[in-house]
Amino acid sequence: MGSIQQIIFMVLSVVALASALGVVLSKNPVTSVLCLIITFFAIAGHYIMMNAQFLAVVHIIVYAGAIMVLFLYVLMLMNLNAELEPQKRNWLKYAGAISGGALLVVLVAALRDASMPALSPEANEIGLIHNLGLALFKQYVVPFEVSSILFLSAMIGAVVIGRKD
Amino acid sequence: MINLVWLVPFLPLLGFLVNGLGRRSLSKSLVGIVGSGAVLASFVISLLIFWEVKTPGFSAQVVHLFNFISVGSLQIPFAFQVDQLSALFLLIITGVGSLIHIYSTSYMHDESNESFARYFAYLNLFVFSMLILVLGANYVMMFIGWEGVGLCSYLLIGFWFKNIDYTNAAKKAFVMNRIGDLGFLIAIFFIITQFGTVTYPEVFSKAAALGMNNGVICIIALLLFVGATGKSAQIPLYTWLPDAMAGPTPVSALIHAATMVTAGIYMIARSNILYTLAPHVQTVIAIIGLATALFAASIALKQNDIKKVLAYSTVSQLGYMFLALGVGAYGAAVFHVMTHAFFKALLFLGSGSVIHAMGGEQDIRKMGGLKKFMPTTNWTFLVGCLAIAGIPGFSGFFSKDEILASAFAHNPVLYVLGLAGALMTAFYMFRLYYITFAGKFRGTHEQEHHLHESPAAITIPLVILAILSIVGGYVGLPEVFGKNLLAEYLAPVFAPSVPFAVAHHLSHGTEWLLMGISSALVIVFILLARQRFANYEDNGKESTGVAKVLENKWYVDEIYDAIIVKPLYELSRFFRDTIEKSGIDRLVNGIGRGVQWGGQKIRLVQSGQVGFYIFAMVIGMIVLFVIGFLL
Amino acid sequence: MPVQYYIFLSIALFCIGVMGVLMRRNAIIIFMCIELMLNAVNLLMVAFSKMWADAGRVDASSAQLFVFFIMVVAAAEVAIGLAIITMVYRNTRSVDINILNRLKN
Repeated sequence: MGSIQQIIFMVLSVVALASALGVVLSKNPVTSVLCLIITFFAIAGHYIMMNAQFLAVVHIIVYAGAIMVLFLYVLMLMNLNAELEPQKRNWLKYAGAISGGALLVVLVAALRDASMPALSPEANEIGLIHNLGLALFKQYVVPFEVSSILFLSAMIGAVVIGRKD
Repeated sequence: MINLVWLVPFLPLLGFLVNGLGRRSLSKSLVGIVGSGAVLASFVISLLIFWEVKTPGFSAQVVHLFNFISVGSLQIPFAFQVDQLSALFLLIITGVGSLIHIYSTSYMHDESNESFARYFAYLNLFVFSMLILVLGANYVMMFIGWEGVGLCSYLLIGFWFKNIDYTNAAKKAFVMNRIGDLGFLIAIFFIITQFGTVTYPEVFSKAAALGMNNGVICIIALLLFVGATGKSAQIPLYTWLPDAMAGPTPVSALIHAATMVTAGIYMIARSNILYTLAPHVQTVIAIIGLATALFAASIALKQNDIKKVLAYSTVSQLGYMFLALGVGAYGAAVFHVMTHAFFKALLFLGSGSVIHAMGGEQDIRKMGGLKKFMPTTNWTFLVGCLAIAGIPGFSGFFSKDEILASAFAHNPVLYVLGLAGALMTAFYMFRLYYITFAGKFRGTHEQEHHLHESPAAITIPLVILAILSIVGGYVGLPEVFGKNLLAEYLAPVFAPSVPFAVAHHLSHGTEWLLMGISSALVIVFILLARQRFANYEDNGKESTGVAKVLENKWYVDEIYDAIIVKPLYELSRFFRDTIEKSGIDRLVNGIGRGVQWGGQKIRLVQSGQVGFYIFAMVIGMIVLFVIGFLL
Repeated sequence: MPVQYYIFLSIALFCIGVMGVLMRRNAIIIFMCIELMLNAVNLLMVAFSKMWADAGRVDASSAQLFVFFIMVVAAAEVAIGLAIITMVYRNTRSVDINILNRLKN
């Protein structure tokens, strides 16, 4: 069992990292969006692996279904699917890559020796909609309401900003 | 009655407010009535209080008005202390004060409405401050009054502020007083840190517990004395008093002769126990007092300004009072304060009457023969001269004799020098009298035409003061003549000092002898003055030698100018031109320029490129992680 | 399977996101990289949720709820952000962030 899970983890991780690099490196913005969607699916796979089934579903609906479509929509609307960035100032790219890599190295080095428990392969019910719903509407009902207000105001804000005047 | 003591300073304060605020609308007669009436009412209340206080066995009473300062364990109440000493000073201040107020209504009548009211407002404020000074039940209260009288003195010396010399004289008086005030202030701080209180009885009992020759008490006594030298015009801070004659003459009489300048004597008499416990400081006081007495008297010998002569005479008489304090004769000092208040106020008011008649002329060489024009002024002035010279029977004789006798008991050298000063006093006073009133008139014809006796508002105070100058001495008769009422009256105030003081007793024979010698010599010197100056002619010759030095007041002002004022100016100029310009300015400008330069350089970092900002942020994060986790 | 694996995976995703933000100048791509970073954090949250649930903590679902809230904020942010980018594009005909250097003045 363990080996199968590890194999799945490895496969999903490789897919996630590769497509994430695709987001950053592809010259065409539309390709970036598609790569990002693949990344999100891989992450959703990880969620399912960790018994967060409901979260995985929501993740796909919200990110892949809504947000990325929005991105794609804006890109198409602006006709930005072609590569527009002029390729001068390469040093900025290298500096960005180096500093990002440095951050990676530093963080990995910092956490390398941390001792953490292994995740058990057994399923638990923590990620089921029943448990999450109880916690959300009992313990986190106020943040829930606040976030709905945030959503509302974001909606109004988007309309106001996007208005043609 | 004693509970109403707050009325005594309150009434002049009220007068000050009414006159000060209503100076544009009140008429002159109303201002005069308010100003004089307030002080006169205070005088009446003071008399009633005095009546109560003078009953034998009266002990000091404190009238607590409100809590003034209360910091931790330090309590400074706003309270008045009524005892023999303060009651006596109340009488002197309000009594002489009301006479001078009445006198001023006539003397200042030529002023404009507004400045007339301003004058009376200042005068009332002065009386108020002076009363606070003597009534206060602790050193802080005394200091409030002390500063108040200093302020009023400044305001009144510079009353005719359009004259730049007068303003400078006022500033000089103020600055000189400040030097002394600093000493007083430090003394108060010392008292607070050492004793934790400023209320007189507590301070005195705690001081007495420390015993003789305690260093702390010596320092406090010395610092208080520094304050006294400023206010009471002693060497080295006396030079402001002669210049203070720039003020109106009644002011000179009230502030710079009768009351304010005796504040130092009051303070030391009040703190007598502190000085008795510090004999070395007493010696210093005696020496400085005597030196001042002789020094000022020698200057007075050759002065030609009628008010300057009286001013130096005041300094000299104050020196006598300090001599008395220095030899432990506190009662004699207070006695001399009282008699001096009478005859010096009389002399100043008399000189004011003369100046008034002469149309503002103050140079005695241009007077002469005023005897027949101004008979009342003449005889009252003569009484004043006799009193100050110490002719037997007049008040000055008794008080001066008491001082000299005490000095003799302490140390005969002090007596001899004191007597020399007294003889000089007799000489210069009668020189003044003869040059002014005897002989023939030396002024212009126009002035002669205008000569007249002054109105009643001026002559009545003169007459009253003249009577007081004669009879005022009989409250303090020497032992050989009978009872010294004043000494008996004041005894409770000085009682705490008695156990520590060294008692001196003169035999009656010695006392007779001393009196005889001084009286005889004084009469000789008066006759000498009469012989020289009765028919004085102004020959216009420049004086030479010692006389010239005396005429120029020993060049003390010039010396002060050279050793203090000039170097201070030079130092200021150095600071202004060098330290300020090339030091502080350059430093400040340099900082500004450095910041500007740095801003110019650092500004370039703020390129407005969001990408660069994020880049910098990531670098910062990396550095933080490295520091936080890896180091 | 140790939690470290997930930690390193999410660090890697996060750093790829950072690199993207630093390297690209297209505002929309930068936006997507930010989403990537948020998702890296989400992944870590879920991993920790699982870890605590295994340890028997009842409130382990809190971490998953935080993921919900992060999604909510991300969605709101995208709505506003894309609206702003649209406006910028409408005014400048470009989404290059180097053009947006008005902060300089």
